[in-house]
Amino acid sequence: MDLRTQYLGLELANPLVPSASPLSRDLDMARRLEDAGAAALVMYSLFEEELELHNGMAREHQLVHAEAQSYLPVHPHSGHELDNYLEQIAGLKQALDIPVIASLNGVSLTGWVENGKLLAEAGADALELNIYSLATDIAIDAGQVEQEYLALVSELRGVVEIPITIKLSPYFSALANTVSSLESAGVNGVSLFNRFYQPDIDIDTLRVSPRLQLSHPGDTLLTMRWLGILHGKVDVSLAATGGIHRAEDAIKMLLAGADITHLCSALLLHGPNRLTEIRKGLELWLEESPYDSVEELKGTLAHRHSGDDSAYARASYVRMLGGYALNPTQWGPN
Amino acid sequence: MTRRTITIDGNEAAARIAHLCNEVVAIYPITPASPMGEHADAWSAEGRKNLWGSVPRIVEMQSEGGAAGVIHGALQSGALTTTFTASQGLLLMLPNMYKIAGELSPTVFHIACRSLAAQALSIFGDHSDIMAARSTGFAMLGANSVQQVMDMALIAQAVTLQSRIPILHFFDGFRTSHEIARIEEVDEETARAMLDDALIAQHRARALNPEHPVIRGTSQNPDVYFQARESVNPYYLAMPQIVQQCMDRFAALTGRQYKLFEYSGAEDAERVIILMGSGVETALETMDELNRGGERIGVLAVRLYRPFDAVQCIAALPSTTRAIAVLDRTKEPGADGEPLYKDVATALLQQFTAGKAPFDQMPKLIGGRYGLSSKEFTPGMVKGIFEELGKVEPKCGFTIGINDDLTHSSLDWDDGFRTAATTNTVNALFYGLGSDGTVSANKNSIKIIGECTALHAQGYFVYDSKKSGAVTVSHLRFGPQPIRSSYLIGDGDAQFVACHQSVFLERYDMLDKAASGGTFLLNSDQPVDQVWATLPRKMQQQIIDKQLKFYLIDAYQIASQSGMGQRINTIMQCAFFVLAELLPMEQAINAMKSAVEASYGKRGSKIIEMNFAAIDASVNGVHPVTIPANADSVIEKPPTVAANAPEFIQQVTAEIIAGRGDNLPVSRLPADGTYPNGSSAWEKRNLALEIPVWDEELCIHCGKCPFVCPHGVIRSKVFDPALTGPAPPSFKHVPIRGKEFPEGWHISYQVAPEDCTGCGLCVDICPVKDKKVDGRRAINMAPQPPLREQERDNWDFFLTLPEYDRTSLTFSKMKEAMITQPLFEFSGACSGCGETPYLKLASQLFGDRMVIANATGCSSIYGGNLPTTPWAKNNEGRGPAWNNSLFEDNAEFGLGMRVAINKQRDYAYDLLHRLKGEIGSERIEALHNAESTTEAGIRDQRERVEELRAQLKTIQRPEARWLEAVADQLNRKSVWIVGGDGWAYDIGFGGLDHVLASGEDVNILVLDTEVYSNTGGQTSKATPRGAVAKFSAAGKASAKKDLAMIAMSYENVYVAQVAYAARDVQTLKAFAEAESYPGTSIIIAYAPCIAWGNDLADNHQMQDLAVRSGHWPLLRYDPRRHEQGLNPLQLDSKAPSIAYRDFVGNETRFNMLWRSHPAEAEQFLNASQHEATARYHHYQQLASLDDSPAENDKE
Repeated sequence: MDLRTQYLGLELANPLVPSASPLSRDLDMARRLEDAGAAALVMYSLFEEELELHNGMAREHQLVHAEAQSYLPVHPHSGHELDNYLEQIAGLKQALDIPVIASLNGVSLTGWVENGKLLAEAGADALELNIYSLATDIAIDAGQVEQEYLALVSELRGVVEIPITIKLSPYFSALANTVSSLESAGVNGVSLFNRFYQPDIDIDTLRVSPRLQLSHPGDTLLTMRWLGILHGKVDVSLAATGGIHRAEDAIKMLLAGADITHLCSALLLHGPNRLTEIRKGLELWLEESPYDSVEELKGTLAHRHSGDDSAYARASYVRMLGGYALNPTQWGPN
Repeated sequence: MTRRTITIDGNEAAARIAHLCNEVVAIYPITPASPMGEHADAWSAEGRKNLWGSVPRIVEMQSEGGAAGVIHGALQSGALTTTFTASQGLLLMLPNMYKIAGELSPTVFHIACRSLAAQALSIFGDHSDIMAARSTGFAMLGANSVQQVMDMALIAQAVTLQSRIPILHFFDGFRTSHEIARIEEVDEETARAMLDDALIAQHRARALNPEHPVIRGTSQNPDVYFQARESVNPYYLAMPQIVQQCMDRFAALTGRQYKLFEYSGAEDAERVIILMGSGVETALETMDELNRGGERIGVLAVRLYRPFDAVQCIAALPSTTRAIAVLDRTKEPGADGEPLYKDVATALLQQFTAGKAPFDQMPKLIGGRYGLSSKEFTPGMVKGIFEELGKVEPKCGFTIGINDDLTHSSLDWDDGFRTAATTNTVNALFYGLGSDGTVSANKNSIKIIGECTALHAQGYFVYDSKKSGAVTVSHLRFGPQPIRSSYLIGDGDAQFVACHQSVFLERYDMLDKAASGGTFLLNSDQPVDQVWATLPRKMQQQIIDKQLKFYLIDAYQIASQSGMGQRINTIMQCAFFVLAELLPMEQAINAMKSAVEASYGKRGSKIIEMNFAAIDASVNGVHPVTIPANADSVIEKPPTVAANAPEFIQQVTAEIIAGRGDNLPVSRLPADGTYPNGSSAWEKRNLALEIPVWDEELCIHCGKCPFVCPHGVIRSKVFDPALTGPAPPSFKHVPIRGKEFPEGWHISYQVAPEDCTGCGLCVDICPVKDKKVDGRRAINMAPQPPLREQERDNWDFFLTLPEYDRTSLTFSKMKEAMITQPLFEFSGACSGCGETPYLKLASQLFGDRMVIANATGCSSIYGGNLPTTPWAKNNEGRGPAWNNSLFEDNAEFGLGMRVAINKQRDYAYDLLHRLKGEIGSERIEALHNAESTTEAGIRDQRERVEELRAQLKTIQRPEARWLEAVADQLNRKSVWIVGGDGWAYDIGFGGLDHVLASGEDVNILVLDTEVYSNTGGQTSKATPRGAVAKFSAAGKASAKKDLAMIAMSYENVYVAQVAYAARDVQTLKAFAEAESYPGTSIIIAYAPCIAWGNDLADNHQMQDLAVRSGHWPLLRYDPRRHEQGLNPLQLDSKAPSIAYRDFVGNETRFNMLWRSHPAEAEQFLNASQHEATARYHHYQQLASLDDSPAENDKE
């Protein structure tokens, strides 16, 4: 079976790519992922906040008194995060044969270009941008937000030659149009979807509180849907991310139109062997399927093959809601 | 050969050799020795290898006693083993030291000498600790300077292997352990040449080994023990010669020659001082000065103190010696002289009577004490002792450096005496805050000058006693010759004085230190043409009289403009280089920039750019100030304490606050260590840039802000508004919400503006949001200076309002509980401290009846460090009675209090019955059966006891007198055993466990910061897995101990685990329940700490996340519930609702491991996640067990 797939202009041995996670911090672990069958590796994210964290740490270390000239031990190797990151790119490139994709994660729309350039120079095969920016300012309209994304991509495109992919959130009024515009601005791929921190409210302490962030199997429906919508409409590579825990999840994404599928929570929870299991599962399924290769199966169940997207979607929605069977006996006593 | 020079402190010098020459290092934190263990641990964590290519194994133990046990075992198993300790730590090692020496096991213990706790604890340096180890059989080898520490550390290592006698390598705590100096490095090559592999092989061959077994450590009887004890004599007799041989070998390798007894001075000296430690350097410097002036004096430095070679000691003295003063840096109360004096006296007698002394006439011999607890030892004092030796009848048993007006032991000295060293060096003084980076910048400056110039450099740093707002004074010397001045820069000696904080202008007479023609640098935001007027008059006059050059820099503005925020350290450092001209400015700038890169990396970092910008801006930011002809300031230094302070506060406390404690005569100080409560209220530190301001219109009177305030500076009172007649116009008060108070009464929330540290946690906790203004709450921060006077008046008025009647309050309600008066206030704890709110709460609820046993640690330092202490009294004169015994014995100490109280109470009952005829059975009945679980009951009993006292006065029987002495014990006493996790989980756990098992009515409060906070954040068994702490530089590999579960296993102990900012009412309930429980109670309280690396402004959020992640489940286990057929365990927090990753991700102590050891960090995280989930599940199962008697009966 031919599992090869094209992603960001790179030929990958299969469509399984570990996404940004701490697993890539360790060279041995990265080798284990490669051995387990990872086709490329997205590095852990270089967080914009981390670059400033040193600021804060340096300050805390200065609070001294007679019995404590410092508090935390200072690691000679814990240099600046950017330096460490650049060294890790070089280390991973040396240790691995598969492509290494650097990942930048930021909350603001500044400072990316310079760092992006450094990552490219350090040897990254591609660059993934993860813009963690919620549009909370009521004075800024959707157009402005999108313009900022486009400006960032254009500027970065001007200084780096390696492929750029961008991890998007689902919160765009016209996602298809946004992806198309990003393509024009120079991105080579998009990754669907970014998961934003969703705080809860605690009624006991009257505090806003964070909630569990790991994905669960089955968290894939929104992604699948948009892959299906975008497939064939844009020329950029499509990556599915979030909720892919089993071979079945990956296959669905590919059928919907993904070029690759990202694995994260599954690997954190179960280790690199899970990747091997998913790859074997994919091979097995492919053998029994009508397709001979991943390239053949990609996008065969995309929405463009199902006629009018919106009508199809709407009809499904109406059927779903209407078909919900009430069962008041589950509700407990009145 | 040019040898590499390095600029390091004494601790690092010792640790480098120890790490290089050993395989096993057993450690435990104690000031001032902790940094040696920290270095060793950090080096091993980064894989640094010893001389034989292997990474030493670092083992942190639960106490120094434990460390000594490990050392004994490791030595018996053939490893090269070492440790570092001081003071009480050394005392805990004593039993094992006898064994180690008795078995002739080679090892070196590196000791940063420190005072022992007697009338008070002191972290500072003297020889009390090593003197307590004299009889162990350990040899004792002293180093007097940083260079000598590195040298002696290696010599000791070589000697112990050859002699088989273990060695205490000692040097003075702080003065040497913390002094930074430029020294010649003792390199690996030298170490290799000094250490004989054959001797190491012999050590290994002697080890216990089942391949060729022996038995050691037998039990011996009267027939042979004595002889066996004498069998070691040849080893001790041989040792001095071995030491000298090793010193000679070392000299051949390095050019630095040492001797067992080093005589310096005139060959025909008549007067000689004998001493050891850092004081030797000052004595030598002074002797040279005096001999240059025509004196004929000498100094004999003792290098090898044990075994004491009497022959060599006396032979080293010149034949002309007529008078000898022996100086001891220790005190043995009741002895007729201190140890070194007595050793010399014996040696002198022996040698003289044997005709082996170099002199034909017995010299006069006197002994004296100096330098206890790092008391200054100056050239003037050395001169004073030489002068005393010139007298016909010199004083024996003298003291120097203090004014003993009680027993008149002290010698006079000339404070103004100086040696040439004063002018041969550039002396620079820097006044900064512990938080503004002054110390780290100065350490960096010393390194730059040490590395970039041929100058010798010395740095010593003096800290005040507080943690928040600590003032640091850096003493730096630079000069062409090695610097021997082991004392502070004196008055009139500093060519450079820098004031890094303009608020110090009114507080410190810093220009007393300035030398004539010197330079004064001030950081101030005042314009250059107006800054003169901001100086106090005295300071202006000093600038004029001393013809100082006065420069101004606005470091905060430069910091702000270059993006450095409030960080001024690099800017002030740069200004120093501009003005001191010790090296070309370009070179200094390059060196500073290199240092920045070394700290923050090289590429693309904003912080590097900001630092570089700040450095460049500082060069041009130093402006000369034109000095007018006359001092015209109207600013006078304000009085240290208010005029209405009590006499003791005025005469003693205020003098210490003002920095004149050295001048207090002996008679002013309490002989038994007893001090008045509540002195912190008199020290107005004005630390906060911003203070909270109450918005009385928005406030809902919930009580949360006084509850969380770590410093007890925000208070609420409820009162009749008729009392507000004399209130200042700006005093705020509004009708209180709620029917539980008298109708029409008002409430006020008032801030103590001069005691607040500005942490802002009160604002953080406020649940009220102003719907009109975003971010505004019912309490908001505002700049302090414009509010200071107004709020000071309001605070003073607030204090005059009566306290609300406690008997009508419901303490389980936050609003009502917080109306009570805190009897723990204005401590020196860190701003935002996570511990102090618990102590304050206890003081509010039970303060009027608390007796506190406080383990050594943060809480004993902010709770009991002079000059001012926070435990206070209420208007009736009642309040917590507090004492600190030791670190390791606190639970036992508290138990002793309880046992004593109960014994005297029972005795009082007995006496009541014996006086039945006079007192009457009705009163006895009432006293005996008093209800004392409620505030009303306690009040009533106090009234009964007062009536009893009045009655007793009329009874003329001995029993009446006896009863008067114990009648107080008829009132309820609440015994609290307080300490940190280092005490409860580690060093004091054995005692804690015993007290838990005792069933006695004591309340144990564990302030769990998950590290040894006070000593700088070392790992304890409370440290969570994966956290980075000192001694766990590579992350703690094991899980946190579940102390609550251990305590619950006794089943009759009240146990609570609380986190006050996660669920405040649960904390409140736990305290009330624990105190009311008539058996043993333990509260384990989560306390975020500055040692975690986070800003404590996030204190509350950190607690919240710890609870949500399952790291810190909240629970209460009340054995009383069992009697009601209920499950004793109540789980008060919900199942983990966030990933452990989200908890640890926010805390520096965890996330720094993701950078340094990512794979391990991930493994630890996975394990911790599993544990958090499993632990909660386990608790949940326990809490849901059916505890009804019927169910149990079935089984």
